[in-house]
Amino acid sequence: MRLSVNNLACTRGERRIFEGVSFDLAPGEALVITGRNGAGKSSLLDILAGRLHPAAGAIRLEGAGERILPECLHYVGHRDALKSALTAEENLAFARDFLGSPALTPREALDAVGLAHAARLPVAYLSAGQRRRVALARLLVAHRPLWLLDEPTSALDTSSQETLRLILESHRESGGMIAATTHSPLFLKDAKEIKIDRIPNPPPSAGEGAERSEAGEGASSSSSFPSPGPPGHPLPQRGEG
Amino acid sequence: MLRSFTALLIRDLKLAARVGGSGVMGLIFFLMIVTLIPFALGPDLNLLSRIGPAILWIAALLATLIGLDRLFQADQEDGSLDLLRLSHAPLEIVVLAKVLAYWLVTGLPLAIAAPFLGLLVALSPEGMLAMVATLLVGTPALTFIGAVGAALTSSLRRGGLILAILVLPFMIPTLIFGVSAANAALGGTIPFMTPFLVLVALSLIAAVVGTVGAAAALRSGE
Repeated sequence: MRLSVNNLACTRGERRIFEGVSFDLAPGEALVITGRNGAGKSSLLDILAGRLHPAAGAIRLEGAGERILPECLHYVGHRDALKSALTAEENLAFARDFLGSPALTPREALDAVGLAHAARLPVAYLSAGQRRRVALARLLVAHRPLWLLDEPTSALDTSSQETLRLILESHRESGGMIAATTHSPLFLKDAKEIKIDRIPNPPPSAGEGAERSEAGEGASSSSSFPSPGPPGHPLPQRGEG
Repeated sequence: MLRSFTALLIRDLKLAARVGGSGVMGLIFFLMIVTLIPFALGPDLNLLSRIGPAILWIAALLATLIGLDRLFQADQEDGSLDLLRLSHAPLEIVVLAKVLAYWLVTGLPLAIAAPFLGLLVALSPEGMLAMVATLLVGTPALTFIGAVGAALTSSLRRGGLILAILVLPFMIPTLIFGVSAANAALGGTIPFMTPFLVLVALSLIAAVVGTVGAAAALRSGE
């Protein structure tokens, strides 16, 4: 299976968030998406997950048979998609049954993220980091080749981050693909990296591509962002056209 | 696809049964309205039994409406809706499972409770039977119509009132035929089956339109 994204652009409301994003993901590859707050990292994942429609560009999926892209991926976003009233195990059991192509049992998945002791606790009793780990355990209960992770390390302690890294690497070794947004280094082996820059408002459309091949964390000129825009990622409230 | 459907159905039923779930809320609201009205009207049994079916139907309609705003909003807020989009099953199946679960915890208990509450409004035994029958086939229509509004307002913080304004006009035909079927069973010139069959038809139409409409609203409202 292979994912190729060509010249993608995103518009939220009337506003062009980013344009000209292109990348390829082959089995075993990982993509790290960096960029400032509000640059559109989450929007990029939302487009890949089928929640938003791209304003331009194309997403192609090869070798997936009849499945469409949302059926081939896991999405772990800012919101945990966990039901507080249900236990960790029940949440994972639901995801396993609902998503199809089951892999590990909920118990095994919780064991893998070091939360076996919390299996029978309602998720409401868990801390933010523990909730995040339950959400990440969802990656293990159903087979999906592509994992979309929106800042997966947020709220995780150091040892959990290492656990996550091992889970991600083993997913890549078995031919999986990962696209993750992050502010902190994920320490993934030779991961591709793209940096998304927010288009200054009003857009001059000078044709500055958003794709960078190397990490240039401090290199982007911050003077070209007069309006900071909404902090965090844009609210998913408005439909566009 | 069936597996996804049952998984979601069971999850929603579990959630309704847990603390903070909407399980008995509709039923208690139903009970409150039906109990209050005899106190307000006074002990005129003839009057009560004449307007009894109408009271029960209005109470059932409001009780259905009261929890509907959380039908998709709860999933939207905690991100579960994003998870629900990733299934092999289309969104229509997701909507159908959620609506069915909602009806099982609100509509069905209302129909079952109707005879007991019928006592409060001095309904005759055949009137109670007619209430059970009409609520049983009529409340699915209310739930399906409401689901479209719930999907449209799922991303609004205080969508409850807008939801009510959006869907109430479409619930009026169900109300009219529900009450007239129940009244027809109590005597009158029209046979019971005439308005009752229209009520059944309304439910069937709402099931199709509501499912497709709510799924479309969820797809576009992101």
